[in-house]
Amino acid sequence: MTIEAIPAAAEAPPQAHRPSTLRGVLRNPSVLIGAVIVAFLAVIGALAPMLGTIDPAEINPVFRNKKPGVERSIRDADGSERRFVHRFGTDTLGRDVYSRVVYGARVSLTIGVTVAVLSVGIGLLIGLVTGYIRWIDGIIMRFMDGLMAIPAILLAMGLVSLSRAGLLAVVIAIVVPEVPRVVRLVRSIVLSIREEPYVEAAITLGTPTPTLLVRHVLPNTIAPLLVQGTFTCASAILIEAVLSFLGIGIPPETPTWGNIMAEGRSLFRIYPHNIFYPGVFLACAVLAINMLGDGLRDTLDPRFAKRM
Amino acid sequence: MFGYILRRLVATIPVMGVVAVLVFLMLRLTPTDPAAIIAGDNANSEQVAEIRKRLGLDQPIHTQFVIWANKTLHGDFGESFFFKKQVAELIGDRLEPTLSLAVMTITLAVLIAVPLGVLAAYRHGGWLDRIVMGFSVLGFSVPVFVIGYALIYVFAIELAWLPVQGYQRISLGIGGWLQRLILPAVTLSVIYVALIARITRTSVLEVMNEDYIRTARAKGQTERKVLVRHALANAAVPIVTVVGLGVALLIGGVVVTESVYTIPGLGRLTVDAVLARDYPTIQAVILLFSLSYVLINLVVDLTYTFFDPRIRY
Repeated sequence: MTIEAIPAAAEAPPQAHRPSTLRGVLRNPSVLIGAVIVAFLAVIGALAPMLGTIDPAEINPVFRNKKPGVERSIRDADGSERRFVHRFGTDTLGRDVYSRVVYGARVSLTIGVTVAVLSVGIGLLIGLVTGYIRWIDGIIMRFMDGLMAIPAILLAMGLVSLSRAGLLAVVIAIVVPEVPRVVRLVRSIVLSIREEPYVEAAITLGTPTPTLLVRHVLPNTIAPLLVQGTFTCASAILIEAVLSFLGIGIPPETPTWGNIMAEGRSLFRIYPHNIFYPGVFLACAVLAINMLGDGLRDTLDPRFAKRM
Repeated sequence: MFGYILRRLVATIPVMGVVAVLVFLMLRLTPTDPAAIIAGDNANSEQVAEIRKRLGLDQPIHTQFVIWANKTLHGDFGESFFFKKQVAELIGDRLEPTLSLAVMTITLAVLIAVPLGVLAAYRHGGWLDRIVMGFSVLGFSVPVFVIGYALIYVFAIELAWLPVQGYQRISLGIGGWLQRLILPAVTLSVIYVALIARITRTSVLEVMNEDYIRTARAKGQTERKVLVRHALANAAVPIVTVVGLGVALLIGGVVVTESVYTIPGLGRLTVDAVLARDYPTIQAVILLFSLSYVLINLVVDLTYTFFDPRIRY
């Protein structure tokens, strides 16, 4: 599936005329497959309580470390008993891995999207300012260079260590290393756009700078930022998983794919399912988002597609 | 050339300066008082004040920065809160495993990825090309630790070919060292191979249409020599660039891989330091990794003249 889709996407000819961008995007198999998988995982996350799950945080000392397929009876709120199958087994505290993985989709995807939106938003703002106001440019870009010299995971780890681990701290820790990349992208677009004749014409006509930025510069950043945002989303999900896996991310009461795997580390040799199932979901999600990004880049941003 | 190297070296100073300020502020922004941590739970307020004075924490912040930067430049990273040892000493102990892992991974990745990328470009659109491209997207998507555990499960537990985890110092014998390093290096190289193979394919593909390739073929050069001598040699600059930039990914991967394989290296030290809120160690490790990242990329830039004699400094 993947192997089929990617080369086809990579070879999509750069279109000079795009009568309908949306149609072109949707015709790209990479975009289509990626979008379908992402949508599927998002629906799973959204409908988590209705998918035969139980409370993902419920601890059951009797049913610890059970292999996938073990059955037990559980008592519902109304007092009736029913049989429940631990499809993905249970972890070291007897929590149902299937429920945790399904609920984990919520948290992991939410973090990915939040980080993407925040870093694109902040990066866009800073990028527009630095690209347009020359005297700020030098200062901010030196600062960004410094930030980019610190490997992303390391910077995120350092930032997480500053406060108590939690959702907000993790999101901020992942956003900060991503922002400079967006800033650079936006700045380079702004720098090339401001040389365009229509921008010069607009300046000559006395268009105030804010209007100029919003009307002429901003639209040019949308397509590249959409692509960048998609890749940021994928890398955010991965970094969150890494942080949680190392035990410095989101605490295990809130299941994410990363911390489910962290729980499974100690007994991995005997019970690999704790790492296997969330790992597969995580890989599928990131793969799908990356495919979406690749496809978007090929159709929306031919200049960049040629380079990569 | 020498002047250029000097200029580039000088240009890294502001970058590292910003990194240093960021790393320094990180410690000062913490809600916790480092003096109180060092003093321990049973210390009274005078002892804490004493330590604060000894660490220079009673000085204004810019003075503190100057003192700290001066110490750091002299290789004194302070004392670890958690390990109760000099951080420099701690790092020295952990250097060998990480360097071994990194060097082996880069070597492995380049040896696998470059031929793969060249062949994928040569058989452009063929099944090998599709597999390489598919693998490269997959390599970016599967987290390092999932790959690590999958490899441990197959090669160390099911097949029992290699030891599961751990590290052996090279001084205790190359065999044991190599045996324990193979799986981690393969694990870590996956994302790197994906990156390098992809860029190799693209840049070789770009030069394959050049006139000199046609000329080389026309004069009866063997295909292998056309690919290596003419295509790859001309596509080398973007490839080395990516090898350098990929070091950032590698460093992130080292942290994770060392945790998966319980290798007592710098990556493991970083995780332990973050878990223990051991700020002097965190600062030192971040500084060190960032400095090596910047320097490696500087070296990469300097090799451009070797790969492309048209580039002169």
